[in-house]
Amino acid sequence: MIGLLDDFVVRAALAGVGVALVAGPLGCFVVWRRMAYFGDTVAHAALLGVALALAFDIGVIPAVLAVAAVVALAVARGTGRRYAADTLLGVLAHGGLAVGLVVLSFLPGGRGDLSAWLFGDILAVGVGDLALIWGAAGLAGLALWWGWARLLNSTINEELAWAEGGNPERDRLLLTLALALLVAAALKVVGALLITAMLILPAAAARPLARTPEAMVLAAALIGATAALGGLRLAWVADTPAGPSMVVVALGLFVVSNLLRRA
Amino acid sequence: MSPPLPTIAPLIETRGLAYSDGPRHILHDIDMAILPGEIVTIVGPNGAGKTTLLRILIGAIRPSRGEVRRKRGLRIGYTPQKLAIDRTMPLTVDRFLKLGGGDRRARAAALESVGIANLGPAQITDLSGGELQRAALARALLRQPDLLVLDEPTQGLDQLGEAAFYRLIERVRRDTGAAVCMVSHDLHVVMSASDRVICLNGHVCCEGAPVQVTAMPEYRALFGLGTQGALALYRHEHDHAHDHDHHGEGVA
Repeated sequence: MIGLLDDFVVRAALAGVGVALVAGPLGCFVVWRRMAYFGDTVAHAALLGVALALAFDIGVIPAVLAVAAVVALAVARGTGRRYAADTLLGVLAHGGLAVGLVVLSFLPGGRGDLSAWLFGDILAVGVGDLALIWGAAGLAGLALWWGWARLLNSTINEELAWAEGGNPERDRLLLTLALALLVAAALKVVGALLITAMLILPAAAARPLARTPEAMVLAAALIGATAALGGLRLAWVADTPAGPSMVVVALGLFVVSNLLRRA
Repeated sequence: MSPPLPTIAPLIETRGLAYSDGPRHILHDIDMAILPGEIVTIVGPNGAGKTTLLRILIGAIRPSRGEVRRKRGLRIGYTPQKLAIDRTMPLTVDRFLKLGGGDRRARAAALESVGIANLGPAQITDLSGGELQRAALARALLRQPDLLVLDEPTQGLDQLGEAAFYRLIERVRRDTGAAVCMVSHDLHVVMSASDRVICLNGHVCCEGAPVQVTAMPEYRALFGLGTQGALALYRHEHDHAHDHDHHGEGVA
């Protein structure tokens, strides 16, 4: 088993599938709750987390979690006061990305890694990275599993959830945490710029095939995993960048599932 | 039916309730109570704070001042003003009910009681406005509530649909003994279906039985119906249909 992990292609496949299996289900919530831009913002601002992690020599995952928490808080506090939510999200997404890039440029060797953080570097995933990826993605998946019925209820209607004794605020926090964990896990796999694609595309591709939320979540996980493996194969055969190749395959699956449903 | 005697313990009661959203003062000095088995309708102009008040009652927002007292173990069934479920959510009506609780037989009975017995397997995003309201009511009923809180339950229904919906509410009250607190704009129908009307405009302007309230100067000032109160409109619906339309804007 350990011998198997010596192969960088196997490690890349495991990393891609690990992220995709959780990104699909989480992406369903992102789509249902129309949080796509929020996901994008957390992913872009995550680069600031990476820069801070490298600058202060702390773990990437806690740093990304901290940045995600600040983004979520800033959006929750600021919305409706002076700016609409999407304006604030735009400020935070691109502000975070830009500050992250500037900070990275000051770090020794930071400039060289830039494209890896932006577009992922799945073929360079080490055994330690793999453990972090599966750990973070697994935790995010566990959060969804644990809160499933409550999360569904507060996604359907927050007032209804309150009236029935739920706490949609706590549910939103849980989803934000899961999203931050997944972003941290996916940075190395698809990079900050394409994480949202791995959330949205499999979920959107799963929609025409499903009649229940569970079926959609399952289909999204499988479509995501297929896209991850297919993308790696494409990268291998055509010598294309791995992260974008995965997204291209996911896009293809999205088109196919919509054509299937129409037929 | 006259309101029950005030010695009966209320299901839910507010004292000195106020709510502000930043600089906007939406509600103040709200003292109200809902007694077991009564149908109370909250009416008021746009921005009067009707939905905010309901949201405080169900616990979705905390009041800025004052308190809400609920009977111990109070079970609330709620239908939101708009059940806007994203089209990307695959969800059958039966599953929607199941998420609120209740076994298969109870769910079927709830759908039957609101008149959409055959819609269990339908996708909830395919329902019409009226069917969606009924599905939401079925879910609320499944909780065997002491109190039904309905936010504009007839929004998007035509007049026939409205009348049928209020008959349904009355039947539910009769069959289950649940109290009903609802917000409505359909003054002329509401008046016939309520035991008590609370006229809200930031504060409780006036309240009482429909016949009393429509005679009160506060009510007339708010709805500007002059000598032809909503009740009169209701009684002479056909003669004054255009009058009602004319005043509709102020009422909404």
